[in-house]
Amino acid sequence: MSELKLMKGNEALAEAAIRAGADAYFGYPITPQSEVIEYLMAEKPFDRTGMVVLQAESEIAAINMVYGAAGAGKKVMTSSSSPGISLKQEGISYIAGAELPCLYANVVRGGPGLGTIQPSQADYFQSTKGGGHGDYRQIVLAPASVQEMADFVRDGFDLAFKYRIPVLILSDGVIGQMMEKVDLFDPIPRLTDDEINEKYPWATTGKKSGTERRIITSLDLDSHKMEEHNHKLQAKYKEITEKEVRYELIDCDDAEYIFVAYGSSARIAQKAVKLARAKGIKAGLFRLITLFPFPSVKMFEMCGKGIKGFLAVEMSAGQMVEDVRLAVKGCSKVEHYGRYGGIVHTPEEVLEALEQKIIGG
Amino acid sequence: MAEITLEDIIKPENLVYTKTKLMTDKVLSYCPGCGHGTAHRITMEVIEELGLEEQTIGVAPVGCSVLAYEFMNIDMQQAAHGRAPAVATGIKRVWPKKIVFTYQGDGDLAAIGTNETIHACNRGENIVIIFINNGIYGMTGGQMAPTTLPGMKSSTSPFGRDVQTMGNPLKATELVAQLPGTYFVTRQSVHTPGNVRKTKKAIKKAFENQRDGKPGVSFVEIVSNCNSGWKMTPRDSNVWMEENMFPFYPLGDIKVDGQLL
Repeated sequence: MSELKLMKGNEALAEAAIRAGADAYFGYPITPQSEVIEYLMAEKPFDRTGMVVLQAESEIAAINMVYGAAGAGKKVMTSSSSPGISLKQEGISYIAGAELPCLYANVVRGGPGLGTIQPSQADYFQSTKGGGHGDYRQIVLAPASVQEMADFVRDGFDLAFKYRIPVLILSDGVIGQMMEKVDLFDPIPRLTDDEINEKYPWATTGKKSGTERRIITSLDLDSHKMEEHNHKLQAKYKEITEKEVRYELIDCDDAEYIFVAYGSSARIAQKAVKLARAKGIKAGLFRLITLFPFPSVKMFEMCGKGIKGFLAVEMSAGQMVEDVRLAVKGCSKVEHYGRYGGIVHTPEEVLEALEQKIIGG
Repeated sequence: MAEITLEDIIKPENLVYTKTKLMTDKVLSYCPGCGHGTAHRITMEVIEELGLEEQTIGVAPVGCSVLAYEFMNIDMQQAAHGRAPAVATGIKRVWPKKIVFTYQGDGDLAAIGTNETIHACNRGENIVIIFINNGIYGMTGGQMAPTTLPGMKSSTSPFGRDVQTMGNPLKATELVAQLPGTYFVTRQSVHTPGNVRKTKKAIKKAFENQRDGKPGVSFVEIVSNCNSGWKMTPRDSNVWMEENMFPFYPLGDIKVDGQLL
């Protein structure tokens, strides 16, 4: 049954994993996302649905447990925060190479290094441009509410299995820690062993007599075959770019100035739109939901329709702004504004930046 | 008298030995004289003899046996370097009734993967770990391994392993035997027919333990030669192994049925 609850973003993510019919969660504590595994351990999904929850010895072990379980056809996830996500990159590259479906969440904190435990959006490059080694991509979903922390678990698993690809929920310390009401979706039953065997002919579940053995690997020492494999991956990423772009346009119809933002910055920019409108400035918000694929086509389209400038608002020194510039291809002014290192900008600061960098600049 | 031809000899009634169907027909990539081929074969023979092939999932490491899945005719996953015990944990936890094993070399298990090895063993994962210890990084061309003996030459210890600056060889097997999560820990070799038989018996016991749900890891180390990496003939490498490796890595059971011997 769908259920209305007041929850932290991290708790909503955990509850959604149980409801999405996940078979396992493997994790390791790190602030500000430890509530995910704490919630799961307290909630005992092993009794509710049979879902496995295991605290691993490291983020590296956790992502490799995900690799093993995903390779055996199960619906599995992990989560962490920035330094821990860096540790997982090797495993994510292998998962991408071996074309395994999995879901993971990054509740981003300020960096670099151990940085701070306060919110940040400085992992955009890592999330959208690679992170690990090799030519691979992953689908990146950016929740801007506790509601989306829950809903994107369900949607993320669907995308992961549709394309056999790692899907990242790129959250941040604000969305992970804040409490909001959330309408939890109806539980989806876990697949039975027979259903897994039937649905996933690639999964290693034990070689049945008269069938070919199944191999999960990212290796091929024959470079020509590896190039072919890369072509296949690139074709998949192209298809995703064409079909899976998600965004939300708020007050953009008559807008002359557009804030581009995702996650908690989108919530802040939404307030900045109101402040701007109150002052007679026609501002709107282009909220990114998928960061990969990036909504470049729509952004370029808007360019020619009376837009005088885009302000990329992100809690980083300027990462997403590069994709906005690539998208609009120089047809409009693009600037960046953001506080970073764990500082969250205010709507007033965002509006001031619009006035100074775009309108007055 | 007519000459006897091959066709006269190759007849079903003359068949005394056949390759297990759980080994593929692909020619092994291992150097002639290396113990990997034998270790692969007896592992696959055990799985066939126990009738476990339809429920077994193997995990190959990074190292010489990175391509083990090309030779083992069962479902396999290839793991990142050192991570095989974590990958095996993931599989076993979501498919507790399946049989899961890792096949790892010394660099994989006792250097880069020490953390995963110790914690899988300490959690008592119900898996089999087969650990090939040849005291060297074979695939990358003979560099010093965590198990390289003191004074032993390798491409990164060209004047011999100096334990003062390069550290000591790690007895990973004795280490994991101390952990409450291991159920069966043994060290064997495959350099003589007698040893092959003993090792096969140990591997069989390991898989039976998992099949029967005995609590914890069954861990089989196989001290093996690396004639290419050691720069010796296969025969000399086996003599050298007996004279140098076995005194440091003595053969025999270390823990049986959860009890240290």
